[in-house]
Amino acid sequence: MTITATTVALDSVVEAGDGALVSVPAGGRLRIVDLHGNQAVDTLFYDAHDIDNRYSAFDTIREQRAVFLTTGSRLISTRLDELAVITDDTCGRHDTVGGACSQESNVIRYGEFTRHQHACRQTFLRYGAQAGIGQRQLTHNINFFMNVPVTSTGGLTFEDGLSAPGKYVEVTASRDLFALISNCPQVNNPCNGWDPTPIQLLGWW
Amino acid sequence: MNHEIPGDAAWSVPVRAGRTVTLTALADGANATVLIIGADRLDRLNIPDTLKSQMSARIKPGMVLMSDRGLALATVIASTLDWHDCLTGALPDRLLLLELTKHGFGEADLHGCIHFFSKVAVADDPRASLAYVPDHAHAGDTVTLRADQDLLIFVSTAPHALSDGPAAGVAVQLESPSHVEDPVLREEAVRALRLTRELIA
Ligand SMILES: [Zn+2]
Repeated sequence: MTITATTVALDSVVEAGDGALVSVPAGGRLRIVDLHGNQAVDTLFYDAHDIDNRYSAFDTIREQRAVFLTTGSRLISTRLDELAVITDDTCGRHDTVGGACSQESNVIRYGEFTRHQHACRQTFLRYGAQAGIGQRQLTHNINFFMNVPVTSTGGLTFEDGLSAPGKYVEVTASRDLFALISNCPQVNNPCNGWDPTPIQLLGWW
Repeated sequence: MNHEIPGDAAWSVPVRAGRTVTLTALADGANATVLIIGADRLDRLNIPDTLKSQMSARIKPGMVLMSDRGLALATVIASTLDWHDCLTGALPDRLLLLELTKHGFGEADLHGCIHFFSKVAVADDPRASLAYVPDHAHAGDTVTLRADQDLLIFVSTAPHALSDGPAAGVAVQLESPSHVEDPVLREEAVRALRLTRELIA
């Protein structure tokens, strides 16, 4: 990576289980680096000037006629605007069907003992608040680096990641955006290789 | 009660816990796009949680439709079809939005929906490519849900976003059976139903 210090607008590490709210201006590039491999990064995008115009997982899937996200995927909003485009991807594919973990869905999937474990939707609410993003504004997110195979027989599973240390994905904003990020703390399934690890955020704008 | 929604229309109806809702396709190629909001008027149908807890990429009989906050909204009791699409979203729908507005909701409440009677086939290729299946539903096909808490159900009969066929009507029948047996369910679905019955049903 040969980028001079002056062009780097963002360079920060997000610890496992922590999150971030990042303002990305139109044309800005946001790179998420999976520092240690197999780490799910739950991400939502909002039009920074109107948060009701937000990322729509299922409109994005329909418009590209494919379930998995990768380079070239246009991230579409509920109003069918293009919020961003995935412009680089060294992992290969990313999920947008599996949603974010929550304390409540953990109880359903794994049992009552998970009720008070930290979860992505706690992080979304905590970091989203400063942009007016509350429960009604949370929607179905992208899980960068997560492997959720969907099959022709209509099956869906969570499997070991395809990612590895240093793999990254980069999105270019098509308009001014908020990126709401939760570095997933889940320890009850293989989405984080059973061991959540830090990620790096890099931004150029 | 029985109501026939014409094609390209939207309707909403409150459904008390324990009642059943049967949707019937009134013509070949019908589509019923459905959003569900729970008893507290905030807790919405959550498609990803519904799918991942039951290891399915489609809605079929024997599944519990789960909310954002881990409760059972409704159980799919029966259907003549074993595949109802929930992966491909709905085009912006002015009539559906008006139905939401009637109940005090708005654009922020739009969430993943189920497209009953529609199928979008998934290919076993590297991107999991999608293709709309035009001859999936036929006149007379049905799906029956049991409300597991008091619900608001929103239905749009706009054609599926990937269909180039004409809009078709859908009949909605509400009934109040004294008891509806649980279908065979996964353990996660049983847990959601038990929690819901303990807390609010
Ligand atoms: Zn998570």
